[in-house]
Amino acid sequence: MTVADTSSRWLTRYAALCAVATLGLIGIGGLVTSRGAGLAVPDWPTSYGYNMFALPIRFWQGGIFYEHTHRLWASVVGTLVVFLSRWLGGHRARRPLALIGLTELLAGLALVAGPPDLKGAGHFLAGIGGVVLLAAAVWARNEPAPGRLPTLGWAAFWLVQLQGLLGGLRVVWLADEIGVFHGVLAQGFLFLLVAVAVLSSAWWRRLSAATVSPALRRWLGVATGLVVLQLVLGATMRHRHAGLAVPDFPLAYGRVWPRTDPEAIAGYNRQRIEVHAARPIAATDVWLHMLHRLGAAATLLTVTAAAWKARRALAPGHPLRRTALAWLALVATQFALGALTVWTNKAADVATAHVVLGSLALVTGGLTCLLAGRRSPEAAANARAASDPSPDRPARPAWSAAT
Amino acid sequence: MRTAPILTTALLTTATALPLGAADIYGRVTLKGTPPPEKKIEFDALCGKLHTKDAFTRHYVVSPDGGLANVFVYIKETPAGSKPPTDTPVLDQVNCFYEPYVMGVRTNQPFKIKNSDPLMHNVHATPKVAGNKEFNVGQPVQGMVTEKSFPNREVLVRFKCDVHPWMFAYVGVLDHQWFAVTDKDGKFKLPGDLPAGTYTLVAYHLKAGEATQQITVTASDKKEVNFTLAAK
Repeated sequence: MTVADTSSRWLTRYAALCAVATLGLIGIGGLVTSRGAGLAVPDWPTSYGYNMFALPIRFWQGGIFYEHTHRLWASVVGTLVVFLSRWLGGHRARRPLALIGLTELLAGLALVAGPPDLKGAGHFLAGIGGVVLLAAAVWARNEPAPGRLPTLGWAAFWLVQLQGLLGGLRVVWLADEIGVFHGVLAQGFLFLLVAVAVLSSAWWRRLSAATVSPALRRWLGVATGLVVLQLVLGATMRHRHAGLAVPDFPLAYGRVWPRTDPEAIAGYNRQRIEVHAARPIAATDVWLHMLHRLGAAATLLTVTAAAWKARRALAPGHPLRRTALAWLALVATQFALGALTVWTNKAADVATAHVVLGSLALVTGGLTCLLAGRRSPEAAANARAASDPSPDRPARPAWSAAT
Repeated sequence: MRTAPILTTALLTTATALPLGAADIYGRVTLKGTPPPEKKIEFDALCGKLHTKDAFTRHYVVSPDGGLANVFVYIKETPAGSKPPTDTPVLDQVNCFYEPYVMGVRTNQPFKIKNSDPLMHNVHATPKVAGNKEFNVGQPVQGMVTEKSFPNREVLVRFKCDVHPWMFAYVGVLDHQWFAVTDKDGKFKLPGDLPAGTYTLVAYHLKAGEATQQITVTASDKKEVNFTLAAK
């Protein structure tokens, strides 16, 4: 085993750690919205005026517990990901990281001195600038990871900061729309980290490429697209804070398709007894809910078809075939969880499990697309050669610590 | 010929605008039909300590003889002759509930939001009318008071606590003084001194919806106006 192999293995493990931490963060985020606690801490990045990391434990009560834990966990994920991008970018990432860190630090300090509305963003920028400077100060002179991994690292670097900023601005600007974007972006971000872990792994390098028909690729792509659409619809429903817009399943208000005229909506609202501060439902909420149901059925059917086609086209034991079957199991479970969410009147733990499983469904769907799009080593080398004018570029991955 | 309608309108406007006399409006709101049962509130550990009995949601508070509480009753128009407010209404947080559940204030009238609980709350107002600003403030300490006001008319602004999501209340904001909230028996009485004229009286309940009646009052009139809202 070479130093490079060892380093690659640890890089993969570290990226996997980042992904697991992000999945946990999504779970806590799901609990925050399920429990209506998104604004339980009204300030940001401070918490009830305290430095976020120094909020006394006695204040961690009710909804504050979920929201504050979400913030702390997000800080951990942010720090992990900044160092991941440093690892992926190798020693060449040090200078840009130092520049970015310094710029963020100075810009943050300038905002702190600026208008009150921007003070929070200023503290956030200055804080993350400090973390980035720390990452830049890591002395290891490791080579960049091969292929597009450094680029993915930079994407994760910017996305994690954007996510943090969006989460904070959603609090101080009281903007639900930001919450929708924040929720959906989190799922995409999770897939990015999983992709880094997979693409940097020895397993991926050892994987023999199998010819996947364009038709199967299309099925996988369409099914993954449907999962994304479902996530967007789900996030929109959650962030409208209207609770459960349709209380029965498989029927909807006792019908195959519910009425959405003003009189019917008024009637639904009269009969709703919300325990939490859900606002009255509107026709839009009923439509979103029903579209989510239709989308769920379409997704389940499409994933079933894709898994069936993968099973028929690929040899037993092929990773894509296995992944597609696992995906089908996940999506079927997710469908059942959706029904359970309705039957339990959107119980917080069930609704949160629905969010987490939705993330996993996206990750698995994305993985099937990665596997289906994987080229043979020769084809990949030819493509690299065509795009890289330097003939001396090493063919073998060399992201080990320099000796 | 458009002169006649214009004259009629002008006369009517004058008639309603001039405080020729003052009337008292009172009445009762009753609920027809059986409302869905209220749900038990699952308090967290801290709020649970403040309660010895089960507590329930307060969507339909109905007296044994059908009187509906927490109905916001108000004059839809803006009658002339409103006096400047002299009091400062209080929206209190007691035992992890907002008290009162429904109340009214005047536009630009400062009102207090108080935390009487030995624990922390946040106060999150979610108005929808342009100009009425959404706010979210923390009240971590018992006895804290925050003073707020809304510049524009809005029926009703929802207040909620995100720390304790079962806590919510509603505040009606009007640009005149003639409004009231029904008591536990469904009774209401508008402040006196309503100038003579013709008005639309509105009874609005969060769940049971809205009912309106045209009323014409004369000087020193005492008028009883009753409403019936439906649960289904």
